[in-house]
Amino acid sequence: MERLFIFLYQYRAFFTFLVLELFCAWLVVENNQYQGAKFYNSSNTVVASLNNVSQNIRDYFLLRDVNTSLAEENAQLRKQLEHDNQRLQILDDTVAIKDSVLITRFDFVSAKVVNNQVDRFKNFITLDKGNDAGLEPGMAVISSSGVVGKVKAVSSHYSVVTSLLNIDVMVSGLLKRTGHFGSIQWSGKDPDRINFMYIPRHVKPVVGDTVVTSGYSAVFPEGVMIGTVDEVSLRDEALWYELKVKLSQDFRKLAFVTIVKSQMKHEQDSIEQVVKEMEE
Amino acid sequence: MNRVSILQILSFFIYLFYQVLILQNVVLAHTAFCFLYVAYLLMLPVETPPLTLMGIGFLMGFAVDMFYESIGLHAFACVLIMYLRNFWLNSVTPQGGYDSNASPSLAMSGTQWFLIYAMPLVFVHHCALFFMEAGGFRMFGFTLWKAILSTLFTMVVILIAEFLFPGRRR
Repeated sequence: MERLFIFLYQYRAFFTFLVLELFCAWLVVENNQYQGAKFYNSSNTVVASLNNVSQNIRDYFLLRDVNTSLAEENAQLRKQLEHDNQRLQILDDTVAIKDSVLITRFDFVSAKVVNNQVDRFKNFITLDKGNDAGLEPGMAVISSSGVVGKVKAVSSHYSVVTSLLNIDVMVSGLLKRTGHFGSIQWSGKDPDRINFMYIPRHVKPVVGDTVVTSGYSAVFPEGVMIGTVDEVSLRDEALWYELKVKLSQDFRKLAFVTIVKSQMKHEQDSIEQVVKEMEE
Repeated sequence: MNRVSILQILSFFIYLFYQVLILQNVVLAHTAFCFLYVAYLLMLPVETPPLTLMGIGFLMGFAVDMFYESIGLHAFACVLIMYLRNFWLNSVTPQGGYDSNASPSLAMSGTQWFLIYAMPLVFVHHCALFFMEAGGFRMFGFTLWKAILSTLFTMVVILIAEFLFPGRRR
């Protein structure tokens, strides 16, 4: 026993090294789980408020861009509102909508970006809204020009979002013109472009085709813009196209985002769960 | 608690906040990152015991991780180079050995020695960091390229900082 202690003491540097490295590796693996409320991230109040100060300084240099994009969004929204109003007028005369749940299926909360990353393999975004605004892990985050990501962790006033620019994230996408759906995943290199996979051979996608969310996952509302096809390639023996999509949202200029609260996500998830269990 | 250790603690926070508040936003061409905080770890006094070195490395890495949203990554890389540091210091001992209480900086033994000492450690740190972040060797070429460019960028910034504030932490 004594020999063992002497041995351990002699090589204490090496053993401390091992223990610390194993602990770090465990933290990394634990953190890689796609979702989860963790304390040690930038939704932690001290870290987030420091980030907030730093972002406030950066904001001054982005003011012009932000103003322009907000004005554009305003115009767009006003146009859409007018459009929908007119349609409702017509609908009201013919049918009465029975299920009010369907109308209020999605609820929207606006938030400011406090910290944003685009250059790493796994990018995250910190927002200035948290639990108190009703945010929960798993909610979708979009902006006026496209999909942004999915809420990962929430504290009382801040939240961390897994950006679409994260090699672990997969989103279901739809080729709008033909109606075929596939998966969207980032390759880790170019923050402007993203891969669109599993479009079968017989489809003929062309450069410029629009890609939107498919709504199969119930996280994102259907038809949110992702981007436009930028590059089409098909290897001779491949089953699927390799498509590159140019993102409609410039992630480097992200300033304000909208969080989508899906009222019916639980319902869809639970009924799908039941079907899965029945099949097993 | 003497004057030297107070200065050390102070510069720990200066390096940390400079890294997470300013250098976090500095990325060249989406590939070259600057992790200046590694310089603090490299320039701790020569005779610091290995356990203290690893402890400080872990604390620094963990604090940076909180801001970088990558818990464990930087801590892992820092503990790794802190473990390797003393072995490396022993094998690149300059002529006449180390003075007591010296810190392995540019001012101690000149640019050439400093590059030989710091460059490999910074490279190991960046490799550990980027390969763990990529989750393996799937994108080997690109990740290695990232590590090489970032090593060069970090070294340039460390050298500039050393020339601007020579011998500040001796």
